[in-house]
Amino acid sequence: MTIHLRMNGESCALDVDPEMPLLWAIRDVLGLTGTKYGCGQALCGACTIHIDGEAVRACVTPVRRADGRSVTTIEGLSSDGSHPLQRAWVEVATPQCGYCQPGQIMAAAALLAKKPKPTDAEIDESMCGNICRCGTYVRIRAAVKKAAGL
Amino acid sequence: MERIVLCRRSFLLGLGLTAAGLAVGATPRALAAAAKDPVLEEHPEVFVQVAESGQVSIVCQRSEMGQGVRSSIPALIADELGADPSRVTIVQADGDKKYGDQDTDGSQSIRGQYETLRRIGAAVRMMLIAAAAHRWRVPVATCVAHDHAVFHPASKRSLAFGALASEAARLPVPLRDAIVLRPLAELKTRGKILPLVDGPAIVTGRAIYGADVRLPNMLTAVIARPPVVGGSVARYDAARTLAVPGVRRVVELAAPARPFGFKPLGGLAVVADGTWAAMRGRAALDVSWNGGDNASYDSALYREELSRSLRDGPSRVVRRTGDAAAALASAAKLVVAEYHTPHLAHATMEPLVAVARVEGGACEVWCPTQDPQGARAEVASALGLREEQVTVHVTLLGGGFGRKSKPDFIVEAALVARAVGAPVRVQWTREDDLQHDYYHSTSAQRLVAGLDAAGAITAWHHRVAFPSISSTFKGATAPSDGELQQGVTDLPLAIPNVLVEPCEAHGKTRIGWLRSVANTYHAFAVQSFIDELAHARGKDPLDNLLDVLGPDRVVSLEELGVAKLPNYGQPLTAHPIDTGRHRRVLLRAAELAGWRERGQRGRALGIAVHRSFLTYVAAVVSVKDSPAGIVVDEAWIVADAGTIVNVERVETQLQGAVVFALGHALLGEITMKAGATVESNYRDYRVLRVGQVPRAIHAEVVASDGRPGGIGEPGVPPVAPALANAVFALTGARVRALPIARTLRVA
Repeated sequence: MTIHLRMNGESCALDVDPEMPLLWAIRDVLGLTGTKYGCGQALCGACTIHIDGEAVRACVTPVRRADGRSVTTIEGLSSDGSHPLQRAWVEVATPQCGYCQPGQIMAAAALLAKKPKPTDAEIDESMCGNICRCGTYVRIRAAVKKAAGL
Repeated sequence: MERIVLCRRSFLLGLGLTAAGLAVGATPRALAAAAKDPVLEEHPEVFVQVAESGQVSIVCQRSEMGQGVRSSIPALIADELGADPSRVTIVQADGDKKYGDQDTDGSQSIRGQYETLRRIGAAVRMMLIAAAAHRWRVPVATCVAHDHAVFHPASKRSLAFGALASEAARLPVPLRDAIVLRPLAELKTRGKILPLVDGPAIVTGRAIYGADVRLPNMLTAVIARPPVVGGSVARYDAARTLAVPGVRRVVELAAPARPFGFKPLGGLAVVADGTWAAMRGRAALDVSWNGGDNASYDSALYREELSRSLRDGPSRVVRRTGDAAAALASAAKLVVAEYHTPHLAHATMEPLVAVARVEGGACEVWCPTQDPQGARAEVASALGLREEQVTVHVTLLGGGFGRKSKPDFIVEAALVARAVGAPVRVQWTREDDLQHDYYHSTSAQRLVAGLDAAGAITAWHHRVAFPSISSTFKGATAPSDGELQQGVTDLPLAIPNVLVEPCEAHGKTRIGWLRSVANTYHAFAVQSFIDELAHARGKDPLDNLLDVLGPDRVVSLEELGVAKLPNYGQPLTAHPIDTGRHRRVLLRAAELAGWRERGQRGRALGIAVHRSFLTYVAAVVSVKDSPAGIVVDEAWIVADAGTIVNVERVETQLQGAVVFALGHALLGEITMKAGATVESNYRDYRVLRVGQVPRAIHAEVVASDGRPGGIGEPGVPPVAPALANAVFALTGARVRALPIARTLRVA
């Protein structure tokens, strides 16, 4: 079965087992490595991507669920790092090791798309699925607010 | 003394040529000595290359795992050189002894080589200046270098670095003692916010970590390892695994002999076309395991074993002043407490991963390693190759915390790649990562203090029991001097009678170093106990802590009552134990946190201080109650680390250390039953999430031109006791066992 989807704005046909998690299709088949593996069980958020604008964990999302839909990864958020969140992330110097940050940014992008001026509680609530072991959370909050113009 | 004079034309003009291949006039013996323990500043070409275009390449020979070395080391060299940062390319070094020590561990990337890095930049600057002075026929001393050029101010002439590269290449490298550093005021990076060099790549997903390396025809392996350290495959049937579409082979890996050291754990590698097929193939394996000697290990029972060991008595005395036994016997009041801390896992966000290719009698690996030279040696040994036949490329590390110093996962990739005759990526799952770690040691400590009738502390008796890291590497059955100096034998105490005794403890799993190592549990017990003493004495905890530390002074070995201190590899003359620095960071943290006003403000604060890795750090933590349990609402951390290279990265390391330490103290625990790890993912090995982190973490660094101390680790140790002391202030319940979630509700 071939899965047809839009990947970062381009149409894409995936000839893989429809049960394969989207994470591995993105990384191993399409070669887009910005989406990270962290836990495989939707516990850490490192693999966060958007399907039709909704933040989802690619590690537990079968490829078939993306059939006919539009998938955005960190590589598709902007072509040049110009998304307000990416700019804010650099300006605040949020990352330490950086491994979780694409997932953090994708979670934040889905939040701001719905709530352009989120409260602290809304940031915490919508980002609580994204773990950062380096402990950059204070700067993650600051970067989200900066991107939101708060 | 024999000098090695190198022709630098090639290194300055070209990339990728090794210095040893270009040596002229050096004897083989001198070359061999230089290769073994190179004087780095006499080989600046290894680190810095200036192209005729003017582009400058600077090597970062340490591993980037979030602490900011790639944003700090090249910037420091470039600053001494006088290079324009926008014309500097950073080159990540492979593992090679020509770079000196590359082990990114022990918080030593700056403290261990600050002056060396500056001298490397200065040596190249002096060669460029010498080339310009020669061309202008003016004295060297009349020329200066900055902004990527050499200037002769008197005649208003200048030459760009690129235009001088080939002439500079023909000049001798200055002798180490002739290298002149810039005055500190000339360093443009000093106190400035430096760019985060990998920031743009990270936020666009272009940054390359271990799992992002792609080789042609690369296969992916996931390994089923014995659940118990020292166990082995009893029997297996791979039929169902081989029936999974995409699975190519199952490769059996031998179980290691004791001591386990850095050796892989053995098991069955399922090799497939991609990650998902490999994972499914492993899940389909029909395998049973031999448990081996550690199959009865139960961490809950082991806690009692450690307590027994504390009671049964010491293996030796490591610190003694006066007569603690007599002073305790005659004390008006005794304060006694026993503290326990659990195993912890590193749980780096990037699970372990390595890519290897074995071809034509050589092996090449790509991996997120903290110790590329160690990885090179282990891979060479496992494959029966010479180290020169092994190349270790270092990717970015998605966290390290000490786990990625251990190359077991890299050796696995090399072994599997050789077995299948194709490039292989060995991918650890999160379950693998948590269940096959080199765990932070579990500890028990008993502290007894004697007070006289006036409340003065007359005696201090500290017994510690924990399986040593050396149990993994040498089968040791008691803590090492290096572990005990981390907050026990090096602890300043203005108490006349002191006795410190480590007790026996046998390792039943792989014990390894985790960020801050033994400092973490030592500081927890010691700084909690000092807080207990404050309450026993009816004193303010800060006043009591200052009283226990005593007046400002440099503490001698005699005062400590120890024969020697490893002192993190540095002489005490260069890095003494200075209680004035403890006091200053404490007072500053207390001031920032409003310690003296905490009563009026209704705040529950805890405070602690700890010196580790030659840096002094004080922490204050504020807690409050909420319907969901205890909340940490604010934290302050102040460090005196001597000279700082990149203040922004230092502050973020300190903030990160607070989160790392709070997470462990509140929630962190690895438990073991029947020799195997119970926790399997972030569901049951809980770490802090954004909503659990204080709204503000205030980090401050003391301005100093002193010798640099470490940064990556020293922020961690004082945080857990500051938290525990704050919990006592809030609830009146003393935390004597971590994590706090064992006994109290944590929001």
